[in-house]
Amino acid sequence: MSRLPLIFLVAVIPFLSTLCTSFSPEKPSDRRILVLLDDLALQSSHSLFFDSLSSRGYALDFKLADDPKIGLKRYGQYLYDGLILFAPSADRFGGNIDSAAIVDFIDVGHDLIIAADNSASERIREIATECGVDFDDDQAAMVVDHTSYAVSDTEGDHTLIASDDFIQSEVLLGSNKIEAPVLFQGIGHSLNPANSLVLKVLSASSAAYSANPKTKLSSPPSLTGSAISLVSVVQARNNARVLISGSLSMFSNRFFRSEVQKAGSSIKHAKSGNEQFLTELSKWVFHERGHLKAVNVRHNKVGEANEPSMYRINDDLEYAVEIYEWSGKSWEPYVANDVQVQFYMMSPYVLKTLSTDQKGLYFTAFKVPDVYGVFQFKVEYQQLGYTSLSLSKQIPVRPFRHNEYERFLTAAFPYYGASFSMMAGFFVFTFAYLYNK
Amino acid sequence: MAALEDAKASSLRFAFGNVLSAFILLLIGVLAFSIRLFSVIKYESVIHEFDPYFNYRVTQFLTKNGIYDFWNWFDDRTWYPLGRVIGGTVYPGLTLTAGTMWWILNSLNIPLSVETVCVFTAPVFSAIAAWATFLLTKEVKGTGAGLTAALLLAMVPSYISRSVAGSYDNEAVAIFALIFTFYLYIKTLNTGSLFYATLNALAYFYMVCSWGGYTFIINLIPMHVLLCIVTGRYSSRLYIAYAPLVVLGTLLAALVPVVGFNAVMTSEHFASFLVFIILHVVALVHYIKGILSPKMFKVAVTLVVSIGLVVCCAVVAVLVALIASSPTMGWSGRSLSLLDPTYASKYIPIIASVSEHQPPTWPSYFMDINVLAFLVPAGIIACFLPLSDASSFVVLYIATSVYFSGVMVRLMLVLAPAACITSGIALSAAFDVFTRSIKFQLPGSSQIDAGDSGTGAVVIQNETTTEKKEDFVKERTSRKNEKHEDLSKERPSKKNRKKEKENVEKISVKPQEEKRLLVLPLEASVIGIFLLVLLGAFYVVHCVWAAAEAYSAPSIVLTSQSNDGLHVFDDFREAYAWLSHNTELDDKVASWWDYGYQTTAMANRTVIVDNNTWNNTHIATVGTAMSSPEKAAWEIFNSLDVKYVLVVFGGLIGYPSDDINKFLWMVRIGGGVFPHIKEPDYLRDGQYRIDSQATPTMLNCLMYKLSYYRFVETDGKAFDRVRRTEIGKKYFKLTHFDEVFTTHHWMVRIYKLKPQKNRIRGKAKKSKAKASSTTSSKKTGSKRKNPWH
Repeated sequence: MSRLPLIFLVAVIPFLSTLCTSFSPEKPSDRRILVLLDDLALQSSHSLFFDSLSSRGYALDFKLADDPKIGLKRYGQYLYDGLILFAPSADRFGGNIDSAAIVDFIDVGHDLIIAADNSASERIREIATECGVDFDDDQAAMVVDHTSYAVSDTEGDHTLIASDDFIQSEVLLGSNKIEAPVLFQGIGHSLNPANSLVLKVLSASSAAYSANPKTKLSSPPSLTGSAISLVSVVQARNNARVLISGSLSMFSNRFFRSEVQKAGSSIKHAKSGNEQFLTELSKWVFHERGHLKAVNVRHNKVGEANEPSMYRINDDLEYAVEIYEWSGKSWEPYVANDVQVQFYMMSPYVLKTLSTDQKGLYFTAFKVPDVYGVFQFKVEYQQLGYTSLSLSKQIPVRPFRHNEYERFLTAAFPYYGASFSMMAGFFVFTFAYLYNK
Repeated sequence: MAALEDAKASSLRFAFGNVLSAFILLLIGVLAFSIRLFSVIKYESVIHEFDPYFNYRVTQFLTKNGIYDFWNWFDDRTWYPLGRVIGGTVYPGLTLTAGTMWWILNSLNIPLSVETVCVFTAPVFSAIAAWATFLLTKEVKGTGAGLTAALLLAMVPSYISRSVAGSYDNEAVAIFALIFTFYLYIKTLNTGSLFYATLNALAYFYMVCSWGGYTFIINLIPMHVLLCIVTGRYSSRLYIAYAPLVVLGTLLAALVPVVGFNAVMTSEHFASFLVFIILHVVALVHYIKGILSPKMFKVAVTLVVSIGLVVCCAVVAVLVALIASSPTMGWSGRSLSLLDPTYASKYIPIIASVSEHQPPTWPSYFMDINVLAFLVPAGIIACFLPLSDASSFVVLYIATSVYFSGVMVRLMLVLAPAACITSGIALSAAFDVFTRSIKFQLPGSSQIDAGDSGTGAVVIQNETTTEKKEDFVKERTSRKNEKHEDLSKERPSKKNRKKEKENVEKISVKPQEEKRLLVLPLEASVIGIFLLVLLGAFYVVHCVWAAAEAYSAPSIVLTSQSNDGLHVFDDFREAYAWLSHNTELDDKVASWWDYGYQTTAMANRTVIVDNNTWNNTHIATVGTAMSSPEKAAWEIFNSLDVKYVLVVFGGLIGYPSDDINKFLWMVRIGGGVFPHIKEPDYLRDGQYRIDSQATPTMLNCLMYKLSYYRFVETDGKAFDRVRRTEIGKKYFKLTHFDEVFTTHHWMVRIYKLKPQKNRIRGKAKKSKAKASSTTSSKKTGSKRKNPWH
């Protein structure tokens, strides 16, 4: 009897250890992904998207959103590294998952893909709002565009949009240009312009608006033009990444395969840009691209190897840092010419662009300013799509020691002369006064 | 033969008197030391208050790293991120003294800890200060006055307040240095010895090393020299006493890093140079007077005076222009506030905010110098009978120090020795008169006195009466004789050597002298002595009470006596210990500057501002943060890399000197640099209040929130025992700060800055459902339940 728990333990330990080690700063890509669906049929209707993930090595775990057994974490450990929420109409989730749990999931650094559609529930909207994305309040509204809709056989209500207004970023969308427009059918959302964490990846054209296509427009729509974002990404301050799309169907096999012709354009693409767009974007979301790390921050006086605990004013110093980017499999040198270091005390006293050897090493040399105090070497590197690097290393700068000043100043020679001649004169005077008589 | 015997007998008596006074001095030393141990006995052997903690930390550094590292110490743990060059901004006298004591003790294999040495430095030096007082007063009015003054100084409450065991502050050694410098000045003035003049310069150097109050010396001595010149008391002794002091003293003072070029650049020192010039002019005039005929001299005088006036005008104009070109007229703020008591409160809130920079109240005089306040006038009168160079110095000393003590409570400390000296003179003179009256009217002695003119009989008679009192009489009379001789004989320069001779001489003069002395009726004398002893007894009782009760509290440990026994509030050390155990070594702690020294010394954490208030802008930044709403404060603190904010709150136990009571100063200091902080915003109709009538700015500022966060949970009403009112806003949450630690009696509360939000939320539309869910999750996290949820 007593052996049973033991066996259980032995069986569980390796399992637990794989849980713990699956996501580490050394390998930032997520491995295990929970996919929550409204309907298990989605698994097959969106199989192309899921297959592309599986083929890149992700273990997908498909569950119904209201499955009572699901859970993001157990015993304080997260069971998954990523979450795909393809359950727009789910009003509540099963198990112990609620919107707060999903927000916490992001706050510990895990990634999320949310797809909504015009049946988007309060829960989904709430999670999106938490991430800084506001879906249109009107429950029935959809994005309508009478100029850049996708041409189809039947003259529809122009809610199937062919958009090619992508964000200009290789790190987000890959180095290959997406030729074909992306098909989109769903609800639009808006972003707060003051929010620096959220990016509009695919925006609607300037003629688009968000309204209920079935009814007549009685009042001006609240969301119009290119303020409407169709697909957005969020990178939280802890580098957790979230993809939010107003359309679930854009992930579907039907849209992936469909041929597309944008209204007003004569070119007819055999295949929509959805597959390329979403595959590349999912690579970014799951940290296969754009994840930087900085290691080996070091600094030393010129000509010395060891890192001092304190500099003196006007010292010459060298600073170096190595920056690597995660390629999905390994850390590759990150190459850029715009990494800067600040020598900072309340404001930057020195601001220098680091030179690079193209192998990940960034270095520079400069003179400590003529000010003492507690300085910091600061690297604040924030590039669109990349994880933000924020390094700071405190280092005090002291003034000269009492014996580090110049012993004799040329400018002061008259004074030296004066005092020594005074001394000699006094001696002579004393001698004369005492013994002359 | 008879004269020889007399001389023998009197020298024997002198020897006995010397031994006796040495013994008395030893006892005074023991008294001075032991009366200051109440704090150790009642509390424990700890460093007191704020500044001593810094001095202690510096001493630790000195003993660990040696003098050169101390000299070059750049401290990166205070005034973050500016740092502070400790070696160049600290008066090193105290530290070096204690460090040397520690080093000597250790090399003698007495392994005391640095803390122990620091704690007992002040009592040791107060004993030495008492001896220095003896020397000074002895130079002025003889041994009797010296012993009395030493005894008074050993237990004067004002001095005790700054020198109890554990009060390891500059003043502890500086008062000794002050008195000793004055002693050497008087000694030089009396003897005209260049040896003492050199010693005087060295003593002055020690004083400069020890305390910023050295400017008092370098202004008082010139004043006295000027007084002597004006009253026609110029002599070569005066020249020797003063000129070397200015030259050597200024050179030595410039060697102290913290003074440096200030010794010749700031106007606090100008008076000494001016008097130095005047002295030389006077010396030159005397010299010329000696070599010229009176007629020629007159011509020369008119010539020189007319030319001199022109030159003087030019020099004065240049000086005035120089001084006027500097913004504060060449005076530092602290000195200006000495001359104009309203200056500081008008222009420098950071000076006015310190309670010890406020003018004292009348009761504080009685508290701090007690009966001496009544004896001082008598002592001044005694100094005029007769007026010598030395006694005129004492008069000048007491007059100036009374003025300065009226400007700042802190300078009461300078008044105390002066009061002791004059009171000692007064008491001793009074005892003199009374005992002499008794002696002459006692049945046994009156007969001899009346008839006998033989001096030997009187002397022998003297031996049979109480030696000590008699000593005074003799000493006094001999001194008076000296003075008379001095005046006639153009003052002999080396009195010491002549002492023996004078002893013989004066015996013949003595009877005539004594006839002129005042003799009171016997009964009046007895009653007078009785009353004086009673007065002295009152003084002793008061001093012991002050030492034991008023001035022995170390202020980091508080006690309160109530019906249910003694309460000990050890919250400060609890909080600092928490900081040192639970925070990272490089974390920065922001608090009002009062707690800066303690935080660095006890918690070993970096602070933003501390008690060395050298950078007003930095302090104003912290003041602004404390008086801003949470978000603005968070931004200020975050820009300074602050991790923790520490506030002191006395509302729960009624500790009045907490941050809420200091808050208006934060507003004023912050508003002085950042004008968007306006004092009227925090006042309701000019009144500072934190109850429901308080202004919204007040109720939303960081200091209010950090002080009163969750305060309502203690008694349900949130009654502040210091302000004696219920607070205005009881239920609120903190958005940018997390409470991480509150001490047992809530005296110190430590908050941590929340990290920046991981996400930025969109428009809060459906916050209702969400808010409830997040708070529920928070509730489970925090142990303390929030009753308003």
